[in-house]
Amino acid sequence: MTGRWWRAQAAAAVVALVAGIGTARGDILFMSTQLRPIEEAQKMREVILRDFPEEVEFVPEDGGPFINRIKAEGETGAVTVGVLGGLHGDFPPVLEHLDSLDDVLAKLEADRDFIATFVKLGKLGTDHQVYIPWMQATYIMAASRKALDYLPAGADLNRLTYDQLKAWAKAITEATGERKLGFPAGPKGLMHRFLQGYLYPSFTGGVVRTFRSDAAAAMWAEFRDLWQYVNPRSTSYDFMQEPLLAGEVWIAFDHTARLMNALKEKPDEFVAFAAPAGPRGRGFMPVVAGLAIPKGTPDREASVRLIDHLTRPATQVITLREVGFYPVVAVELGEELPAGVRLAAAAIDAQAGATDALPSLLPVGLGAKGGAFNKVYRDTFQRIVIRGEDIEEALARQAEKLAAIMRETGAPCWAPDAPSEGPCPVE
Amino acid sequence: MRSEKALAYLLLAPSVLFLAAIFFWPLAEAFTIAFTDAGGRPSLANFREMMDDLNFAPAVRNTLLLVAVVVPLQLALALGLAVLLANIQRGRDGYLYIWTIPLGISDLAAGILWLAILSERGYINSILHALGIVDGPTLWLSYETPLALFLSVVVAELWRATAIVLVILVAGMQLIPREYYEAAEIFGAGPWQRFLKVTLPCLRASIQTALILRTILAFEVFAVVIALGGRDMPVLAGEAFAWQYDYQDPGIASAYAVLILAVSMLATWGYLRVLRVREETLL
Repeated sequence: MTGRWWRAQAAAAVVALVAGIGTARGDILFMSTQLRPIEEAQKMREVILRDFPEEVEFVPEDGGPFINRIKAEGETGAVTVGVLGGLHGDFPPVLEHLDSLDDVLAKLEADRDFIATFVKLGKLGTDHQVYIPWMQATYIMAASRKALDYLPAGADLNRLTYDQLKAWAKAITEATGERKLGFPAGPKGLMHRFLQGYLYPSFTGGVVRTFRSDAAAAMWAEFRDLWQYVNPRSTSYDFMQEPLLAGEVWIAFDHTARLMNALKEKPDEFVAFAAPAGPRGRGFMPVVAGLAIPKGTPDREASVRLIDHLTRPATQVITLREVGFYPVVAVELGEELPAGVRLAAAAIDAQAGATDALPSLLPVGLGAKGGAFNKVYRDTFQRIVIRGEDIEEALARQAEKLAAIMRETGAPCWAPDAPSEGPCPVE
Repeated sequence: MRSEKALAYLLLAPSVLFLAAIFFWPLAEAFTIAFTDAGGRPSLANFREMMDDLNFAPAVRNTLLLVAVVVPLQLALALGLAVLLANIQRGRDGYLYIWTIPLGISDLAAGILWLAILSERGYINSILHALGIVDGPTLWLSYETPLALFLSVVVAELWRATAIVLVILVAGMQLIPREYYEAAEIFGAGPWQRFLKVTLPCLRASIQTALILRTILAFEVFAVVIALGGRDMPVLAGEAFAWQYDYQDPGIASAYAVLILAVSMLATWGYLRVLRVREETLL
């Protein structure tokens, strides 16, 4: 009797489960490695997708399961996902399972202007559009208006060079007796991103391949020279908004989110601008997220409609307002946004849109060795700039460690390094 | 009789299990991680990489220097305070409570407190500036002023952790019989002689305990250094933390942990040998 009862219950449960899947089938399944925190996911469901007429099931997923599911679905042919949202680096491992979006891009570009740099990144080095740019975050410069009086003659804030930055910081030190340039080189600061995404690309045109090149040696000599105008508290700064607000630092580099309090609290006292350029261009590190469609998706038309909605200028502004990721299409940022957000947005735009822009990506394919990779760059900085070690020797020592990490992970080169067969070599 | 013995083991069992779960097991785990390579084979690779790191030598040097400077100073201070307390007639408990307040403050909080005092916009700078001694904010806690940074950590550590030594010594002094002092006085011993000939020898066991405890804790110094110096003054425990959480390499973090354990055990063994307490002198 009880056995039969249980069987009946189990059967009912199975029926309910199948029915549940049945009703979900009409929805567009949108799987994303971004906006994972519960508040951000809720913003996506309740605000960003509110004006989209169709049902969307937004599923935030960690990087590992994200890749596994795409591979599993692609290999078995039972594809359920409609749209994939991820960082640039999330897509290369599943490239073979992603549909070409050339037609989608052509359709979307009819009524909106994507930032060209990101469209190119979205090809992942192939001939086809693999993802459509979705949203971005990045690192920029911010300065107190007090610093502007010392700007070298003829310098344009959004077109600065590293030479001009040095002249600027020098002028401030000479006038005030204090070192007012600051970097986030503290324990939790993002100094390694400055080295990997800004300094190295700007001076050497690469990150891994050029690690111990002659250009790199010259770059370190130059940066060590610049450091005499840098506030020595920099080695304990984690978020540059704090020393900026305290007035300890007048010019700073950091992630937009880590400058935001300063820009939001005192938008009249600060300016935001693009990172400087070196001999090889204006190296910068966009954290770009894109939207892709897996091959064999159940309803490709619906997926395209969702991508269309998410990349509309109006939706992009809502995304910025709600979750703090910046637009990847040309938008009008109106008064409804805080002044600080608009300051940062203008700087991001100037940086990504600069004629000499040289985008450098977050490391791809390092897995658990990401921390060790960052340490190589931070230690090189520590040795050369803080401890004043011999540049050639320090680079040789650190290059060995870098090469070992690349060998161990087998990670191929990423932009701006030229592509490699096998692990990215340290030349 | 038998059941009584069984009961004793039964009563001991929870604490043994507790120790095994939160002490011996992690310890064994740390050793395993430290002495194997990425493929799980026995190896010294973690230790080689640890010693090859640019922060290893400074971390060892800073930690040993801190122990060598802080622990003797704390012992001397605590002895002085304990003798003072013994000679106070009124309000003795009040003083003891005030002196032991730092014991109740977490070490990170203590570090942040001293940061507020010593930073370039802190209280000392403000006072010196108001008195016209310095022109503007002066920086002590930076990689450019390693000595000042070191001394700041020493001061903060003295403030924070002398009380634990004091409490142990005060407890020890209360056990010294009055008669010893009276006898010494009758033989004409002055205060200094009474301290050297009666107090110190009788405190031997307490001093040993205090030294062992303080030295082990000093080898683990972490939060105060992080608060005051960030990574500008590397210490062993700070490096272990950084390898675990920033560079995500548990192997090298465990190697540091094993190293800290080894030096702590060595120091304890040293104290036990040098300050050997004979059974009959235990009061």
